[in-house]
Amino acid sequence: MKPSADQLFEDVTSRDKPGIATSIRTYFLRHAQVFFYSLGQLWRTPFAMLMTAAVIGIALALPTGMHVLLSNAQQLSGGWEGAAKISLYLKQKTTEAQAKKLANKIHKLDEVAEVEYISSEKGLEEFKQRTGYDTALKALDDNPIPATLVVTPDLRFNNAEQLEALAKQLGKYKQVDLVQLDSEWVQRLFAIMDIVSQGIVILGIMLSIGVLLVVGNTIRLAIQNRRDEIVIVKLIGGTDAFIRRPFLYTGFWYGFIGGFIAIVLVFLSLYLMSGPVEDLAGLYQSQFALHKMDFGTIITILVLSIGLGLSGSWIAVGRHLREIEPR
Amino acid sequence: MIQFLQASKRYPSGHDALLNVNFEMQQGEMAFLTGHSGAGKSTLLKLIALIERTSRGQVIINGENTSKVKARRIPYFRRNIGIIFQDHQLLFDRTVYDNVALPLIISGQPPREIARRTRAALDKVGLLKREKSYPITLSGGEQQRVGIARAVVNKPSLLLADEPTGNLDPELSWEIMQVFEQFRQVGVTVMVASHDLDMIKKLGHRILVLKDGQLIGDTAQADQG
Repeated sequence: MKPSADQLFEDVTSRDKPGIATSIRTYFLRHAQVFFYSLGQLWRTPFAMLMTAAVIGIALALPTGMHVLLSNAQQLSGGWEGAAKISLYLKQKTTEAQAKKLANKIHKLDEVAEVEYISSEKGLEEFKQRTGYDTALKALDDNPIPATLVVTPDLRFNNAEQLEALAKQLGKYKQVDLVQLDSEWVQRLFAIMDIVSQGIVILGIMLSIGVLLVVGNTIRLAIQNRRDEIVIVKLIGGTDAFIRRPFLYTGFWYGFIGGFIAIVLVFLSLYLMSGPVEDLAGLYQSQFALHKMDFGTIITILVLSIGLGLSGSWIAVGRHLREIEPR
Repeated sequence: MIQFLQASKRYPSGHDALLNVNFEMQQGEMAFLTGHSGAGKSTLLKLIALIERTSRGQVIINGENTSKVKARRIPYFRRNIGIIFQDHQLLFDRTVYDNVALPLIISGQPPREIARRTRAALDKVGLLKREKSYPITLSGGEQQRVGIARAVVNKPSLLLADEPTGNLDPELSWEIMQVFEQFRQVGVTVMVASHDLDMIKKLGHRILVLKDGQLIGDTAQADQG
């Protein structure tokens, strides 16, 4: 198309307005251009960009990696919780008939799935087999092993408090001498894991604030570097949204690349740890292998990191753009 | 088109940059604004472009009272005004073409329209062949012409120039003034701040003289009286 100077002034008083469809298309085209333009700007100084992105990546990799390890631990120990059983050691005087009657009574409780009666004779037999204290036991006149009811709680009532409550309730029967909750150590482990889990959340929040500040500071410097350009754009009618846009996309890219680095770091760490963990599991005759990050976690990290990048730059742009006005 | 009613500007330092300025300019009129440095030329232009706001009095541009334009609306207000600066204010990391196209990109014109109008503006100032150059490789006069192309590309109805020939030799200055003259002929209101009295007088347009913030001379009124 041959340009003609006269086209400029077909009519100076009324400027032609493009149609709505064209405007919308132009709007998205412009966004796409700024989107890739801001990436191009970052690639002009790859070292500086990667340093910032790496800070974001490491900050996010730490809580993410710990979260993945914890969920591995939870998965591993999850199998143990079902093993919770309550042993009721009955008083020596209790007869077999009384014991079986009690077993029936307990079995009828909602919280109980199964009750097994182990007579003192059978208990002694098992004890002998397991320990080999055969001769030592023969020296005793009486059978020291009490009759036992082994109660398996229903799976619906399998958390720490409910088990505790059930144990207490069962302890109230007059034939019961001693109640032992076999899973106490599992409950303690879970309590510890809850604390660790909370710790990871707190650590994650603090490091996220750190990421926010890193992005905010980087964008602040970028704004200062382009001060002259911002003044010019304001002078020729650029809106705040127009000026803000490239900085927001820069924040987006920092978040995206930082999130990507975090995911790579966590994958790498898990890969390095998986060998020793399998060796350890082998010593316990376990097939346990470290689970890698699942797809959901990867997406969450990316979304979170992009969100942090965007909000960090939003805060910086909001604070510093107002200060730059043409004089 | 431009109307100053008792317009005054006092800076926070207490200095009165403009004091009770009254004048009016019609659409398609061209006027020179002159006076010693510090007389208030730049301040007057800044009031028109809403870079500064009046302390007292009113400035009405295109029927719009500038003191009533909200901060959020200023960008849209400025799109109807082409501003040319003594120091060009070009972006040195972008080509001549990209510099001139910027106002069209800002106002959201479709790409075809941008290409057409940018080339037309560059053609108008005789720089079409340099569209791919970077401003730093151009002479001072050429850089000023890029600034003019950028100011007119959005078809503003008002053109403001602050000392546009301040750093140029007389021959180049004359050429630049001829470009302004062409825009005036197609209906653009042009206001040029300059202290180059010899040239201004040769061009024979209206002259507004400022001294210590007050309008002490207006050739338009002298003709009438």
